[in-house]
Amino acid sequence: MTNNPFDDVRMQVMWNRLISVVEEQALTLVRTAFSTSTREAGDLSAGIFDRKGQMLAQAVTGTPGHVNAMGEAVGHFIREIGPENIFEGDVYITNDPWRGTGHLHDITMVTPSFHKGSLIGYFASTAHVVDVGGRGFGPDANEVYEEGLFIPIMKLMERGKVNRDLVNIVRNNVREADQVVGDIFSLAACNDTGHRRLEDMLREFDLDDIDHVAEFVLEASRRATLERIAALPKGRAHYAMTCDGYNEDVTLALTLDIGKDAIHADFAGTSPVSKFGINVPLIYTKAYACYGLKCAIAPDIPNNAASLAPFVVTAPKGSILNAPRPCPVAVRHVIGHFLPDVVLGALSQVLPERVPTEGASALWNIHMSVRARTDAILAEGAKERAEMLMFNSGGTGARPALDGLSATAFPSGVHTMSIEATEQIGPVVFWRKELLPGSGGAGTHRGGLGQVVEVAPAEGYEFHFNAMFDRIANPARGRAGGQAGRGGSARLDDGTIMRTKGRQFVPGGRRLILELPGGGGHGDPKSRDREAVRSDLADGYVSLKQAVDDYGY
Amino acid sequence: MTSNGARARIGADIGGTFTDLVLEIGEKSFSTKVLTTPGAPEQAILDGIAKIVALAGIGMDEIGEVIHGTTLATNALIERRGAKTAFVTTRGFRDVIEMRTENRFEQYDLNLCLPKPLVPRRDRFVVGERIAADGRVLLALDPVEVDRLADDISAGGYESVAIGLIHGYANGLHERMIRDILLTRLPSLSVSIASEVSPQIREFERFNTVCANAYVKPVMASYLNRLVARLRAAGAECPVYLIHSGGGIITLDNAAAFPVRLLESGPAGGAIFAAEIAARHGIDKALSYDMGGTTAKICLIENQSPKTAKTFEVARTYRFKKGSGMPISIPVIEMVEIGAGGGSIASIDAMRQIRVGPESAGSEPGPACYQRGGERPAVTDADLLLGRLDPATFAGGSIVLSRANAERAAIAQVGVSLGMSAEQAAFGISEVVDENMANAARVHAVESGKDISEFTVIAFGGAAPLHAARLCDKLGIAKLLIPPGAGVGSAIGFLRAPFSFEALRTAYVRLSGYDADEINGILDDLTEEASAFVRAGMGEGACEVQCHAYMRYVGQGWEIPVDVPKHRFGPDDAPLLKGWFEAAYARNFGRPIEGPDIEIVSWAVKASSPRRPVARLGELAAAAVAKPAGMRRLFDARRQVYVEAGVYDRANLAPGTGISGPAVILENDTSTIVTGDYDAVVQADGCILIQARAH
Repeated sequence: MTNNPFDDVRMQVMWNRLISVVEEQALTLVRTAFSTSTREAGDLSAGIFDRKGQMLAQAVTGTPGHVNAMGEAVGHFIREIGPENIFEGDVYITNDPWRGTGHLHDITMVTPSFHKGSLIGYFASTAHVVDVGGRGFGPDANEVYEEGLFIPIMKLMERGKVNRDLVNIVRNNVREADQVVGDIFSLAACNDTGHRRLEDMLREFDLDDIDHVAEFVLEASRRATLERIAALPKGRAHYAMTCDGYNEDVTLALTLDIGKDAIHADFAGTSPVSKFGINVPLIYTKAYACYGLKCAIAPDIPNNAASLAPFVVTAPKGSILNAPRPCPVAVRHVIGHFLPDVVLGALSQVLPERVPTEGASALWNIHMSVRARTDAILAEGAKERAEMLMFNSGGTGARPALDGLSATAFPSGVHTMSIEATEQIGPVVFWRKELLPGSGGAGTHRGGLGQVVEVAPAEGYEFHFNAMFDRIANPARGRAGGQAGRGGSARLDDGTIMRTKGRQFVPGGRRLILELPGGGGHGDPKSRDREAVRSDLADGYVSLKQAVDDYGY
Repeated sequence: MTSNGARARIGADIGGTFTDLVLEIGEKSFSTKVLTTPGAPEQAILDGIAKIVALAGIGMDEIGEVIHGTTLATNALIERRGAKTAFVTTRGFRDVIEMRTENRFEQYDLNLCLPKPLVPRRDRFVVGERIAADGRVLLALDPVEVDRLADDISAGGYESVAIGLIHGYANGLHERMIRDILLTRLPSLSVSIASEVSPQIREFERFNTVCANAYVKPVMASYLNRLVARLRAAGAECPVYLIHSGGGIITLDNAAAFPVRLLESGPAGGAIFAAEIAARHGIDKALSYDMGGTTAKICLIENQSPKTAKTFEVARTYRFKKGSGMPISIPVIEMVEIGAGGGSIASIDAMRQIRVGPESAGSEPGPACYQRGGERPAVTDADLLLGRLDPATFAGGSIVLSRANAERAAIAQVGVSLGMSAEQAAFGISEVVDENMANAARVHAVESGKDISEFTVIAFGGAAPLHAARLCDKLGIAKLLIPPGAGVGSAIGFLRAPFSFEALRTAYVRLSGYDADEINGILDDLTEEASAFVRAGMGEGACEVQCHAYMRYVGQGWEIPVDVPKHRFGPDDAPLLKGWFEAAYARNFGRPIEGPDIEIVSWAVKASSPRRPVARLGELAAAAVAKPAGMRRLFDARRQVYVEAGVYDRANLAPGTGISGPAVILENDTSTIVTGDYDAVVQADGCILIQARAH
C-alpha cells in the first residue's frame, strides 16, 4: 500500500498489466513453437523479474512444473553471467536440469530488459523442445550424459549478436534441428514481446523503472499469502505414498509443518535415487510440492517471489526427490506429478473438507518412433519414419463434495492432442480412445474414470515406444471410506504384458492397449446418492455388478 | 404511404432483454425496441413489426424482406433446451465430446467442474467402421449394424440424430450411408452429419459442432416455421432471411438445415454495423467495441471486413474463461468477449486489489444507483460518481439514479477495506474495468499479429461511449468514432449484410508435394458449395469470391490464415503460395523461418453477393464551436483530478460542430465522454469523431 489511494489504483493497474504482459509473452511462444508439448500441451512458461531477479509475474500455462523452477532460475543466470557482463541486447540460455526446470528437454531463456540505457529487470521463458539428442525422451539412461546435449548457462546473444557456434553445436546434436533451433528463436522472440509491452507500460505511466510496482506486488502478495497461512490450524502432518517407479517401487514420504508464517514440506524418508531417468532435481520437487500447497491454501494469489517464499520445500540429497548431477532425469515428471497427491494427502489431515483424494496423477505420455518395415512396399511419398509424442490422462481423485474428473490431467495442466491430428503426423491408427467404465474408485463421491487407448502401427509400419506409465501396481487410494481407483495396465492385443517404463517394441499388425488408472473415491460408497448411482449405471460409468457390490444398489 | 413503390427492409435482432427492430424504406429509417418474449420469440418480432410499420406509416404488404438474427440457438445450448438427441460415432470413440481436451481450464481450482457434454453417454451410440487419415476406408461399415442402430434410435424416442465419424471430413461416405439408412427407416428423424455441418479436422470440435446442430435443429425449424406463418397471417408475404455467425445472410431453408451457423448472429450484426461505418469513413483498421450491461465485445475490422475465425466457443461456464464452453467449428466473425459491462460488480480480493466482473448485477437488481435493491457497486455506479452519467436523464429519465446509493455501495464494498473515499473507489473500479478491456484488446491484437495503436475504435452499446476515450488512452489509440443509433447497432448491421456463405474444409497439402490440379479441384468444390448458398438468396448473378488457406510450417500446430488471391493455379505456382505464407507469417511473428516445409491444413472460400457501394464521407473539421448547456464536475482518470467539463446535448449538435474535452455529450441511452486530451467533431452522418489533441 502506498499512502495515496490514487497511487494504489495505479499500482493495481500496473500489476494487472504485468500479468497481461507475461500472458502475451506466453501466447507468442505457443503460436510459434514447433514442439508438440509446447504448442499443443502448453508445456511452457513465461515470466517477468525485477532487477534483483525476483519473479513478479508468471503466465498461467499448462505446467505447474515451472512454477517456482523458473523463479529460481533467473537468480542462477545473474550469478553465473555476472552483473558486469550483462548488456543491452543480450539473451542467455540453458537447459541445465538443476538450474532450469528439471530435464534437458526444457530450454530456459533469459533476456535482460533495458530502459533508457539502464537495466530494469528480466524476462524469462521456458519451452519443452522436440529433441535434445542422446537417447531421446525416455527413462532408460543411467546418467544425464546419455540424455542429450547439456547447455550450461551462457549467452545465446551478446549485444544483439547471435552466438553462431552454439547454434551450430545444437544443430548438429539434435534429431530435428530445424524445429529445435526454431524453438530457441521463438523463446528469444517471446521475451522481446514482453520487453516491448513493458516499455509501453513505462511510457504510459511515465516511469523510468519498475522498482516501485515490484515492491507493491511483492508486498501485497506476501501479506495475502501470510494471512492464508495464519488462518490454518498449526501443527505437523505425515503422509507417505508408493508408486511403481522403474523396476522397483518408489515411496514418497512427507512431513508437513504448518507454522505461523511458513509451511515447510520435508521429504525425508523418501526412496533413494533410481538407476533410471525418473529422478527429480530438487528444483522440480519444489515446483510440484508448492503447486499442491497453493491449490489448497492460496489458489487465487498469483505466483511471484513473495507469494511462493513462505512455502519451503526440502528433500534429502540423494533421495529421488533431490537427485544430484549426474543422475538421469529425463522423465522426472512421472514422479514429480505425484507430489501434489502427497502434499494434499498430508493436508487432508488438517483441511479434510478441502482436498481431493489420490488420482491417476502422472500423465501417461507415450513417445512413439514409427518406422517403415523393411519388407513393406510403401506408396510413393509415404513417410519412412515419424517421431510422435502424445499425452493421455487417467481420472482425478474424488473431492469431498464432488466426483473426480474423468480422463483429465491433474496436477499437470496439459491438453491432449486430437487423434485425427496425430494420425496426420505419423503412420499410426488409433482404434480406441474412450473412458474406461468401472475404473473410478467407489465412494460417496466417485473417483474420475481412467481411459483406454488402443494404437497400432499403420499397415507397413512398426514402432518403438517409450513407456512412462505409473499406478499399475500402486493404484490411487480412496479416502474417508472411499475405495481405490482401478490400477492401469499396458499390454499388446495378443496378451503380451508390457513394462511400465522404458523403450519397447510394437510389431506390425499388433495393437498396444493402454488402460489408464482411475481416481480414488471419497467417503463410504453406500452413502452415495441413489440418483447418482442410477445415473452412473445408465451412462455405463459403473457396471451393474459394481453398483450392487460396491454401492449396495 | 412513403416513397413510390419502394419496399421496406426490416432488421430484427432478438436479444436477451430487448428485441431491436430497424426499418428502412427509401432514404428513411426507423427503429424501435420491444421486450423479448422468451416463450414465443416470434411474438416480439410481430409486436415490434406492428409498432415499426405504424411508425413508418406503411402497410404490412409493403415489407420487402425481413432480416433476422437471434440468440435463440445460443440460448438453447446454454440452457440445454434442445431436442432429445442421439450421437452416432466410430466404435472406440464414444466419449470424445465428454473427454474434451483432457485438461482443466483453471489450474488452481480444486473444485473445478467441467461442462457436461451436450449429449450424455447413454445417448451416444457406436458403429464399427474406420476411415484413415487420407480418406481411405480402413474398416468398411456394415449396413446390418446400422439397421440395428435404427432400432435403438427408434426405441429411444430420439427426435434428432448427429452423426460424426473419425476422419469423416476427409471422406463422408460412411456418414452419408448411416444417414440414408436411418432416414429410410425413420423418415421423420432430423439428421445432421459432421461432414456437411463442419468438415474440419479435430474430432472434439467437429463432433461437438454436429451435436450442437442436431440439438437445436428441431427447435429452430419449428420457431422459423412459426415466424413465417405468423408473418403471412399478418399480411407480410415477404421472404425472411437469417443472419449467420460469419456476418452474412442465408435463406430460411438453409438456416433451418444448419442452425449452428446462427450462433452468435447478434454480435455479428454489431461487427457489420461497425464495418459499414468504417467503410463510410474510409477507416482501414477499426476496432469495434461493444460494451453493454454484462460483457464487452471486441472485434478487429480490417479493410472494412470483420476478422473471421474457423472455430469459436459458446456457452462458457466459468468466468468467460477460454476452454470452459463448447467449441464450435464453423466460420465466424471473431470476437473477444469479457465480463466487463455497466452491471459488472466490483469486489476486493485476497490481495486487497479491486476486481470487477464477470459477475453482473444485470437489470435486476441492477447497479446500486438504480435503487432496486442492489447493494454492491457496479461499473455504472462508478460512472455516476465520476460525473459521467446524468442522474436525472439516464435512459431518457425512466430510471432516476441515486448518487447516495452508489456512494454507499462503493464505500461499503471497496472504500472501507482500502481506505478510499467513494470517489476514489469509483476511480479504482473504473480503471480496473478499463484496464481489463484494454488488456483483452491488446492480447487479441497480438494473437492476430497486429499493432493495436494503429486502429480506430468504433464504440457502441450502452456503456461503451462512457469508457471508450479512456480505453483509447490506454491503448495509445488516437481516433475514436461514436456512431448514432448505437443502441440498435446489430439490427442496423443486419440490413447491411450481404448474402454470403463460407465453405471451409480440411485437406492437407504440402508445398513439397504441390499439385496444381488438386488445389484447383478443392477450390472449385468449395466455390461451388459456397455460391449455391448465396444464389439461393440473391438469385442468379456473379458472386464475389474470397479464398483463404490456413497454413503453417510442418511441425507447428497453429495455422495462420493466408489470403489466396483468386487464381487458377499452374504447375509452377508453389513459390506464390510460399511467398504469401511467408509474408503473412512475418506480419504475425516477425520473420519467416528457414528450413521447414510448409503445409496447408484447411481451405476456405467465401462467396458473397456484391457489396452495396458505400458513399465515402470526407472528414469534417470543426467549423463551429458548440456552446455547453451547462458545466459538470468530471473526473479525469489520466490526471486523477476532477475537472470542469462542458455538458452538451447530442440531439442539438449539427455536423461540423466542435467540442473540446473535457466534455460530456448526453443522449437518451448513454453519454459520450470526451476526456481532457481529446477533441470531438460531429461528422456528416452524425458520428462523433474524437481525436487525441496534438501535443
